[in-house]
Amino acid sequence: MPKPEYLHFFVDPNRCIGCQACVQACTECDTHRGSSMIHLEFVNRAQSVQTVPVVCMHCEQPTCAEVCPADAIKRTGDGVVQSARKPRCIACGNCVLACPFGVPEVYEDRQIMMKCDMCYDRTSVGKKPMCATVCPSQALFFGTREQIDQLRPMSMPVNRFRFGAQTISTRVFMMMPAEKAARQPYVDVTSAMAEQPHERVIPLAVVGGGDPFAEVEV
Amino acid sequence: MATIPVDPLKIIEQFGPHRSGTDGLRRSTSAEPERLVKTHCCFCGQQCGVQLKVRDNEVIGFEPWEEFPFNRGMLCPKGVKRYLQGAHPDRLTTALRRDETSPHGFTPLPYDTAIQEVASAIARIQAQHGPASVAILSGASLTTEKTYLMGKFARVCLRTPYIDYNGRLCMVSAGAANKKAFGIDRTTNPWSDMVGTDVIWVAGSNVAECSPITTNYLWQAREQGAKIVVQDPRITPIARTCDLYLPVKPGRDAALFAGVLQLMIQHEWIDREFIDAFTIGFEAVADYCRQWTPAHTAEVTGVPERSIRQTAEWWGTAKTSFLFHARGIEHHSNGVQNALGTINLVLASGRIGKSKSGYGTITGQANGQGGREHGQKCDQLPGMRDIANPEHRRHIAAIWGVDEPDLPGPGVDAYELFRKIDAGEIKALLSMCFNPKVSLPDSGFVTRALEKLEFYAAIDFFLNETARHADIVLPGSLQEEDEGTVTQVEGRVIKINKAIECPGEARQDWRIVQDLARALGRPHGFTFDGPRAIFEELRRASKGGIADYSGITYEKVEAQMGVFWPCYSEDPQTGRAVDHTGTPRLFERGSYNPIAKGNGPFYFPDGKARFNVAEYRPPVDDISDEYPVFLTTGRVVSQFLSGTQTRRIGPLVDQYPEPRIEIHPRLAAKLDIRDGDWTIAETRRGAITLRAMVVTTIRPDTIFIPYHWAGEKSVNRLTVAAQDPISKIPQYKVCGCRVRKAGGAPAYEAVLEPQQ
Repeated sequence: MPKPEYLHFFVDPNRCIGCQACVQACTECDTHRGSSMIHLEFVNRAQSVQTVPVVCMHCEQPTCAEVCPADAIKRTGDGVVQSARKPRCIACGNCVLACPFGVPEVYEDRQIMMKCDMCYDRTSVGKKPMCATVCPSQALFFGTREQIDQLRPMSMPVNRFRFGAQTISTRVFMMMPAEKAARQPYVDVTSAMAEQPHERVIPLAVVGGGDPFAEVEV
Repeated sequence: MATIPVDPLKIIEQFGPHRSGTDGLRRSTSAEPERLVKTHCCFCGQQCGVQLKVRDNEVIGFEPWEEFPFNRGMLCPKGVKRYLQGAHPDRLTTALRRDETSPHGFTPLPYDTAIQEVASAIARIQAQHGPASVAILSGASLTTEKTYLMGKFARVCLRTPYIDYNGRLCMVSAGAANKKAFGIDRTTNPWSDMVGTDVIWVAGSNVAECSPITTNYLWQAREQGAKIVVQDPRITPIARTCDLYLPVKPGRDAALFAGVLQLMIQHEWIDREFIDAFTIGFEAVADYCRQWTPAHTAEVTGVPERSIRQTAEWWGTAKTSFLFHARGIEHHSNGVQNALGTINLVLASGRIGKSKSGYGTITGQANGQGGREHGQKCDQLPGMRDIANPEHRRHIAAIWGVDEPDLPGPGVDAYELFRKIDAGEIKALLSMCFNPKVSLPDSGFVTRALEKLEFYAAIDFFLNETARHADIVLPGSLQEEDEGTVTQVEGRVIKINKAIECPGEARQDWRIVQDLARALGRPHGFTFDGPRAIFEELRRASKGGIADYSGITYEKVEAQMGVFWPCYSEDPQTGRAVDHTGTPRLFERGSYNPIAKGNGPFYFPDGKARFNVAEYRPPVDDISDEYPVFLTTGRVVSQFLSGTQTRRIGPLVDQYPEPRIEIHPRLAAKLDIRDGDWTIAETRRGAITLRAMVVTTIRPDTIFIPYHWAGEKSVNRLTVAAQDPISKIPQYKVCGCRVRKAGGAPAYEAVLEPQQ
């Protein structure tokens, strides 16, 4: 049974608490026991506790597949980009270099590229992906558009990402502040990368703004 | 003398902590489970529902339990990996006897011999020094059935007043404040009530790391318009995106609450009607608060005046609200006052006992709630009864089939118990589910006291750091090897289900206790054939008490997916038998309770809640010229309490392998400390050397060290044994400290423990 078209994966880094339940749960999978296909990134731990969970975004036109010299990366009819196929993958790492989101990894011991396949074993039988099931902050959410609209009125799902001249559409949505998404219905990744790390920290809502510890003497 | 038999590293070689991982059946990707057992996580007070995969008497994995209403499948990393505590190389499968001649300090002995030896040591010491020369320490991670049995065992079989539990380090400040203000000690509302409120104030709770599942409730409330106020010396993951962050100086919480209340009174942002109709004591509180002007409050608390004013306005003018607190304000020598300060804010607002307004303390341990209700506390009898109250004593004595005068009176708190060991008054100790050598403050003193014991027996499934001092170790049971109930953070009684049998000679803890009673020649009252039978007696014992469980059955718990206490077998108003579904929400207007008898919603004879003057007092061992930096302690998300379990689960060890000293770059620069440098933190009790973690997410005058580690890495070597005068909770959250860069790596770094 293919994954129902109406169920979607939404990522909301604003909710992420960095607990790594997703990472730990991902390592339980029968197809990659002991290895996590989801990455948990600290944006800049020295400056913030902000973390971002990184799953495969399942691009409509996957760059990883386009650059694969062995044609080992396939996209299913329902839009899930799968791990490299075993007899074909030559572990060259082209996909690792090319993926704009930094998702695929080559496992040297197994000589194969593996990545998040949205828990195809679970989603294909009507279950939620493991990470989105356990996520205690629901920074990873799996459900319908109607559910997400109702549950997250302050945010809007966006699935277009701009990398310089390239715009990518993905199966997975990223939640953006509704106001911002209304003005700019895509994530401009390149311009975000140009910002200095300090400015990337989401400012704390301290009355008056700024460093909440500015007045503390040492 | 209960000294450590051989070099601790030799003990560790044999008994761990070693790391478990996915191996054997658990590595196999083709091993299908024989069955899924619906149960709950063994760690924190959230008690998330989870299904354990079982095969060949081994827990081989987990599957989310999406139907359980509290967490709906969600789990933190501890819940995901909790299954790896089973089939562990360190698991105790026989009893042990201390043996200096053995290379690893202990030799196995047959279970029955061990029981006999413990019983005869207790009998001998009690014959020589009296019943009160033997003490019991138990814990709030045990099922309610076991906590009930431990309380009964101490009073009826051992006839000692000296029993206390590790909830002394956890829930007692909140418990004492709740009883003083409301007459009952429980969170007021189910968590689902949080969604749809105007303001949520999180006072001293690192929700994201200590009670992760609560995060989704908070975020969902925010999506629907709630403003989140977070009060913490650190910018925790919850604080990062809150609407208002109050960077309180450690140990100044009561002042902050008084300052906010003063502004509310001044601006008439209080509910006079509610205060007049449903409370007493407001005027004295208002008098006390008058001195807490915004400027004075800001000066004492370190919270900017404008933020104090903003908090008062939001809290004062909200229509609906929740206030949560946890150990951040409770772990203080002023812990009860701090908790009362929050309750005053709630009562003054009048927002309690309604569907979208409530108050609660976030419990820490699995059974942080149930474990504080049924008699393992030194001053308590089942049903939240008072051991000094003659009527309560008569009721319980009748249930237990003993004469009331034979029941001992109140004992002492867990730390005082160690002072009595140190003074030679208590000669023998039996402990279960408590690792005081790691978890109590000023642990150097605790170790010295342990060494003075004439006899020490420990019941545990792993040889924890305290049990290394034991003369005899009895192999107990893991949570998944037994059944029983626990009461989670919302006051919901839930059922732990057995997944596997105990390995080897290990026994379910209640069997061990009953075997001891039999070996002591006093089996009367300790012949239960299982947890269900214990629960049936507990129901009768709790009946008529404040924590009334009389209407709860295992079947009802299962059918309703949890039952909120009080749950009556007889309607308290009419006395007629009733099929009561429980009490999800306390203090609703017009509600009837057996104490107020219709006079009001609160659990006092007049039905009114109590305002209590919640006085600010500076912490004991506050910062000084000599020790100018605040030291505060707490948890990380991948570890739990003293780490007996989580330091043995490989993937959790990998997530945060070693404690670090969190320090702000401004303080670090002043001390010439860079990220990763070996750094010495020193207090009046001692010094430890750990690596620094330089981050802007902490007050620049404060350092933070997590407390889950033992030995040279244990921050409780530094913490102060100052206690709250009412609750006796230790002041873990603040003491004066000095920090300097270390000359190099500490000696322990070269000696690898197996989990490294």
